[in-house]
Amino acid sequence: MDLLYFFELFVGGMIRGSIYALIALGYTMVYGIIKLINFAHGEIYMIGAFTALIFASVLSFTGMNPILIFIIASILAISFSVGYGVTMEKIAYKPLRGSQRLSALISAIGMSMFLQNYVLLAQTSDFLPFPELVPDFKFLEPIKYLISSTSFLILITTAIVMIFLTYLIKFTRTGKAMRATSQDARMAQLLGINISKIITITFVIGSATAALGGVLISTHIGQLNFYIGFIAGIKAFVAAVLGGIGSIPGAVLGSFVLGWTESFGTGYISSDYEDVFAFLFLIIILIFRPSGILGRPENNKV
Amino acid sequence: MLKIENIQTFYGNIQALQDVSIEINDGEIITLIGANGAGKSTTLMSISGLEPARHGKIIFEGQDITHMDPDRIVQLGIIQVPEGRRIFPFLTVNENLDMGAFLRNDKDGIKKDIEYVYSLFPLLKERRNQQGGTLSGGEQQMLAISRALMGKPKLLLLDEPSLGLAPIIVQQIMAIIKKINIEQKTTIFLVEQNANLALKLADRGYVMETGRITLSDTAKNLRENDDVRKAYLGI
Ligand SMILES: Nc1ncnc2c1ncn2[C@@H]1O[C@H](COP(=O)(O)OP(=O)(O)O)[C@@H](O)[C@H]1O
Ligand SMILES: [Mg+2]
Repeated sequence: MDLLYFFELFVGGMIRGSIYALIALGYTMVYGIIKLINFAHGEIYMIGAFTALIFASVLSFTGMNPILIFIIASILAISFSVGYGVTMEKIAYKPLRGSQRLSALISAIGMSMFLQNYVLLAQTSDFLPFPELVPDFKFLEPIKYLISSTSFLILITTAIVMIFLTYLIKFTRTGKAMRATSQDARMAQLLGINISKIITITFVIGSATAALGGVLISTHIGQLNFYIGFIAGIKAFVAAVLGGIGSIPGAVLGSFVLGWTESFGTGYISSDYEDVFAFLFLIIILIFRPSGILGRPENNKV
Repeated sequence: MLKIENIQTFYGNIQALQDVSIEINDGEIITLIGANGAGKSTTLMSISGLEPARHGKIIFEGQDITHMDPDRIVQLGIIQVPEGRRIFPFLTVNENLDMGAFLRNDKDGIKKDIEYVYSLFPLLKERRNQQGGTLSGGEQQMLAISRALMGKPKLLLLDEPSLGLAPIIVQQIMAIIKKINIEQKTTIFLVEQNANLALKLADRGYVMETGRITLSDTAKNLRENDDVRKAYLGI
């Protein structure tokens, strides 16, 4: 067996997994709090990527340092995606709170189609090149056939985001309130927790990490179009369900498991079936563990 | 302190409360007794703002709270321990207590109050790093009361704290409720199906039947009232 090839696939799987994880976090957190599968979440990722592209292109004319451009574009991408995510919740989901779950789900699908078409009309359906902003890191020289600069950036950023989020959720008052709300929202209210604020925070975090994923993958691949949010969104959703929707560690684990499955599947079996592996794997896991790898069965609330 | 004036509360089109009026004075223990489905829990939820009354008024310390958001009502000092305790099952005992103090910022005060509730219920201290869901029913009730106390309530609403607990635990919890009332000067509104118990503890009581208050008197008089004895005390 070719060990180098194996490692290439391994790293490739981790990169996919990282991007899925950055998106899956939003799915799983929103589901945990309001029990809604936010189908438009992939669009937030796509909008992040587009925002970065637009600002990066404009700033490129100024002759600014590419790394600086990348950072500014990323910050703006995150801000825009957060704006869209929070607004989406206010106009499409909040008014439906308390009604049947299906209504909110339909609203989410509508939101997804709206945002896709909005970007399609405002921009174009063609693939657009994303400027090269990340230079070759010197220290990666010896292993650059294995890890490119952009891959490195993806892995490092994802790791930092995960550490930060773990801290937030586990130890801060807001994080505890988020967990409390996902376990029993009415009780949380009886203790003075403002559910609307918690929901907004959830959308802020989910949108920010998704935007980051969008920017990172676009620099990595070097192109994007209005449709990237759809397929990545579905894969990340699969990852979240795989790990156990509602569970944050589950979403991360599910993402990496899915990333590796796809990477090894396409590498050793056939790249024709890239998208099939995700769903095949999902079906197999759900047969044996209906609530996902780390998910817990829905507790019976009064 | 709290004045409920002719409130009517609905679930959709179904009316659960019909012209309910209750008055609670500072420092009292007031009980609301009634059969299952009478509307006791709904009364508490209307006070807490989760099921706001459609008509009528709820006044707390001179402020109209009828349509206030639940978190603002908590901020004013009205805290409820709901029916079924509703401990966060996947938060530890300590984290559950932290959530009780969610609106507070006085770190030292919070620390002192955690020690206070641990002194009331030493068992909880032993279990402080255990998940709430792993506690027994009695321990969960102790935690639910402690969690509410962490919010420094002026008015503590208790919804059937004795439900499903062994008599010895019930005695213990009732004693603690009395202690909180005396030591912390916390006013207590106790909802119970166990009228015997409630009327022993309370200063005054209200009797509720199908969404209406049918009787109100001192606890002593209610204990001696023939209708109450027949219907609720099983004598
Ligand atoms: N969430 C709800 N939706 C519809 N009806 C409810 C709901 N909660 C309670 N009810 C009804 O309101 C009435 C009063 O209930 P409740 O306040 O829970 O009574 P109690 O606490 O005295 O047992 C009952 O008829 C009950 O069926
Ligand atoms: Mg009840």
